[in-house]
Amino acid sequence: MITIKGLTKSFGERVVLNGIDLEIPEGKITVIMGGSGGGKSTLLRHLIGLNKPDEGLILIDNENIVDLSFNQMNEVRRKFGMLFQGSALFNSMTVFENVALPLQEHTDLSEEIIKIIVKVKLELVGLTGFEDFMPFEISGGMKKRVALARAIALDPKIVFYDEPGAGLDPITASMIDQLILDLSQKLKITSVVVTHEMQSAFKIADQIVMLHKGKVLEIGSPDRIRNSQNPYVQQFINGEHEGAIPFKQTSEAYLKGLLET
Amino acid sequence: MRDFFGSIGSAAAFLFAGVARLFGLFARVSSAALFSGAAKKPTRHNAVFHQMVLSGVDSLPIICLVGCSMGMVLALQGAYQLKQFGAVMYTGSLVSVSVARELGPLMAAIVIAGRIGARMAAEIGTMKVQEEVDALTTMGLDPIRLLVVPRCLALCFTLPCLVIVTDVVAMIGGFVIGVLSVGINPDLYISKSFDALVLKDIYTGLAKSFLFAALIGLVSCHQGLSVEGGADEVGRATTQAVVTSIVLIIVVDCLATAVFYYALPS
Repeated sequence: MITIKGLTKSFGERVVLNGIDLEIPEGKITVIMGGSGGGKSTLLRHLIGLNKPDEGLILIDNENIVDLSFNQMNEVRRKFGMLFQGSALFNSMTVFENVALPLQEHTDLSEEIIKIIVKVKLELVGLTGFEDFMPFEISGGMKKRVALARAIALDPKIVFYDEPGAGLDPITASMIDQLILDLSQKLKITSVVVTHEMQSAFKIADQIVMLHKGKVLEIGSPDRIRNSQNPYVQQFINGEHEGAIPFKQTSEAYLKGLLET
Repeated sequence: MRDFFGSIGSAAAFLFAGVARLFGLFARVSSAALFSGAAKKPTRHNAVFHQMVLSGVDSLPIICLVGCSMGMVLALQGAYQLKQFGAVMYTGSLVSVSVARELGPLMAAIVIAGRIGARMAAEIGTMKVQEEVDALTTMGLDPIRLLVVPRCLALCFTLPCLVIVTDVVAMIGGFVIGVLSVGINPDLYISKSFDALVLKDIYTGLAKSFLFAALIGLVSCHQGLSVEGGADEVGRATTQAVVTSIVLIIVVDCLATAVFYYALPS
């Protein structure tokens, strides 16, 4: 479904993505993990076409999206939905208008049909009856669910999630995880989740990709990652402050590390 | 010396780059607005109407206050000078012509740059910070068509209307002072006001206000879209939107007045 080959991106001297090769299987949940500054969010921004790589290919349904024009890319974007870390709901619009926007703009459906679709999508995320609320009137977890309803409004084949549990209490974060699982299992949606929350990753993932300093460090099923002998992976999944990545380092080592990533 | 010329060069390059970006945005906004009818999805009329209420109806109180004060001050100061030549009865002419040709469009544009330009830059800047603009892009929707076009279209319609209101209110303000304070006969004041006005005064003023509206809309939306980062950047963009708009309004006013003066002699 999504194939990434030799993806490289630098910001000035700083190499953020360093030759990433990755295969994201259809209908499965792929979790991309890694420490802060590891390149997760940059990789995601490349997948949704917000950034252009210096080198490499991104194939979605065998179409290389790297060289597409703005209008061509917009056609590809109809295949996917995106859940942003901060929900990114339009604050001047109601919950209904937020979910209805992609339908009004991309389809010729009548207002009546759009109303029904929005109702169905909101029901899917457990928010029936919240149509007329403004985003500032609902909680962070509810905003995430509205954003998810908006992301799946056009029945996309792929949904990208950027830190879906960030800033939420454990129960709400777990509800969001369950929604991701439901969408994947019931609607056969291909999911790409960027997170650094281990519990959530092991709960939902079919495949886990571990990124470190812009490279794929480890890739495989949750069990394989759990049993990995790589010291970075072990330090990461056990949440230890000392290990392969030292807690304190000299200023020279810190500078070198920054320039390497 | 080298540093001096270097800094002048980099400032000039910065200025030209800014002007080029503004023209780029202008091209995208005009093509989106002009081909709106032919596009699969036209400009959202509700959004244009909403922006018209914000920039037009909601700005009426401050526009009236500024216009009235301006007319009063102009009548007082004008009468004070005209008295020396025994020409106090021409106060009405002075107020009406200077307001219609110059001060009405200029003051209304400056007030709207402060009130609506700042609002546009802050609103779009915050949307950028909160990833709402990225959300539009990832949905395959053009932020220029959905955010910039309705704001610019609405302002291009409402600012000329606000200028007419400013002109009328300023003339009323001038009339009140001319009659009550300076002691000019009301009929004489009104007849002198209208005698001096020609159609060109009105339409050149309105043409200028249309240009100012396009400038305020483009500059403010451009500043909003240029935000990268957090609250600090939104503050910078808002200030920059107002300052750049006001400077450009004054420069364009100067150029437009010269063009109208030489190209359209009375």
